[in-house]
Amino acid sequence: MVPPAQFGSYYGLPILKRPTWKSPDVPIYLWAGGAAGTSAVLAALADLTGRPTLRRGGRWVAACGAMIGSVALIHDLGRPARFLNMLRVVKPTSPLSVGSWILTPFGALAAAAAASELTGIAPRLGRVAGWGAAALGPALASYTSVLVADTAIPAWHEARNELPALFVGSAAAAGGGAGLVLATVADNGPAARIAAVGAVTELAAGQAMERHLAGLPGGLERVYQTGRAGRWNRAGQVLTTAGGVGALFLQRSRAGSVLAGLALLAGSLATRFAVLHAGRASADDPQHVIAPQRERLAQRTTHHAPGHVQTVD
Amino acid sequence: MSTSELGMPRMGFFTDTSVCIGCKACEVACKEWNLVPPDAGPTGSGPGTDTDIAAMDLLGMSYDNTGSLGANTWRHVAFIEAEADDPRQGDVRWLMASDVCKHCTHAACLDVCPTGALFRTELDTVVVQEDVCNGCGYCVPACPYGVIDVRPGDGRAWKCTLCYDRTKEGLTPACAQACPTESIVYGPLDELRERADLRLATLREAGESRAQLYGRDPDDGVGGDGAFFLLLDEPEVYGLPPDPVVTTRDLPAMWGRAALAAAGLAAAVAGAFLGGPR
Repeated sequence: MVPPAQFGSYYGLPILKRPTWKSPDVPIYLWAGGAAGTSAVLAALADLTGRPTLRRGGRWVAACGAMIGSVALIHDLGRPARFLNMLRVVKPTSPLSVGSWILTPFGALAAAAAASELTGIAPRLGRVAGWGAAALGPALASYTSVLVADTAIPAWHEARNELPALFVGSAAAAGGGAGLVLATVADNGPAARIAAVGAVTELAAGQAMERHLAGLPGGLERVYQTGRAGRWNRAGQVLTTAGGVGALFLQRSRAGSVLAGLALLAGSLATRFAVLHAGRASADDPQHVIAPQRERLAQRTTHHAPGHVQTVD
Repeated sequence: MSTSELGMPRMGFFTDTSVCIGCKACEVACKEWNLVPPDAGPTGSGPGTDTDIAAMDLLGMSYDNTGSLGANTWRHVAFIEAEADDPRQGDVRWLMASDVCKHCTHAACLDVCPTGALFRTELDTVVVQEDVCNGCGYCVPACPYGVIDVRPGDGRAWKCTLCYDRTKEGLTPACAQACPTESIVYGPLDELRERADLRLATLREAGESRAQLYGRDPDDGVGGDGAFFLLLDEPEVYGLPPDPVVTTRDLPAMWGRAALAAAGLAAAVAGAFLGGPR
């Protein structure tokens, strides 16, 4: 039997296509890039201020994070063998093009710094490479917020003002957390402080994002609170809170630092999973597209004379 | 360089849904000409909910067993059985519409494509080069109309090419060629817009109060569509977004926020090395 026609949408079907970005590839890519970007800066400054274990750990995480991120990105492609096509053009209108051009040199520089660290060969070149990676690190950590926001997915695009703070907060928490895991208590002070700042930023930006979305028609905030995204989000909040508190109060204990750092790394990863699943749920709900766009049209109609495509009631 | 700079007219589609009879000749002609494969899976081209109906490859959505546009569906005919406004018209007010890629003036898919696989042709249409696409999938969530998708098993993104192989030789696209009622018309966009304006006025005069042009306005959120429509009801009834906006319109502001966030991160890490205990 044919169900009655639903008004306001076409049989309740989605208007948008669900992002084809895979899980866990894309959350891992976002998370590893954030941790690597922050760690590169931590390593360079640890080198400058004489904190050898934080330098060593930071260089390691920067190199491994870039490698894990690259593998995840390539594995996510429909045609992995064509990854290098990313580098045949430079397109500022494509955040993924910009990101490829950040990730590629970052990965090479971070790998050089880590190789020098590991082998003891050419420490001066290693230091220069480390500074190069540190210069690109913050961009690697933050550009992914634009990658996600520069789409038609309502739960991502409408959160475009809050996502950069959420992503760099998450990156700082993960990078600081990795530093807490790998550096000795003598060296881990800066890692603990940036981890705590990152945790607070991540939690506050997440709250601000949900508040902003709740102010829009269509119930956009609910995709971050319910279903798979909601579960990842709550897990992330608990882990990030625990890790942030642990970073401040347990940094003098080696075991406490490792625990806090692991919680922060896990919390940051959970946030990235929450963002991907929220985007999928948002794409599936035609009301996320219709309700905010209808409100926009209604506001325009009251402010301007009816134009060519205005609807007639 | 745009078509106007080259002294060539911009070409496009006008789909007048008021004369669509739902024959799906456009869907078939498109599949045939472009060698678009069938969709995989027992439910055919869309999401089936009722298992019995799905087993028969039917969607249970009036005469629509295609569902929506996608990697393997470049023309899609929607069927809506609306309630008749006037009992003298019978029980059902039939709405039928052939949907297609809009070939936006400001195309988000093209903007976000990191490989340059998506490009704008000399006819101002938007086409994917399948020998370049690496299947990153960025165009999929970027499209405000949910048109382009990645083909399972193939890995690359596919959508309507506005029959580029035909149109570049001066031929009419397969769907427009096959349409028996001229519901789908291909031609210079200027002429199509004039034709649509006249048709809208005629329908309004005849009492079709909800008749409206969709994607005709060059000042809308995507700069107007190269493939635009005459609809007899609100866009969302046909599964179209009521006020689509190209996501990259906000990109300069987004890059600004991200740069600020990156600077904030660098400053915060530096700050973590100042003061406090080691």
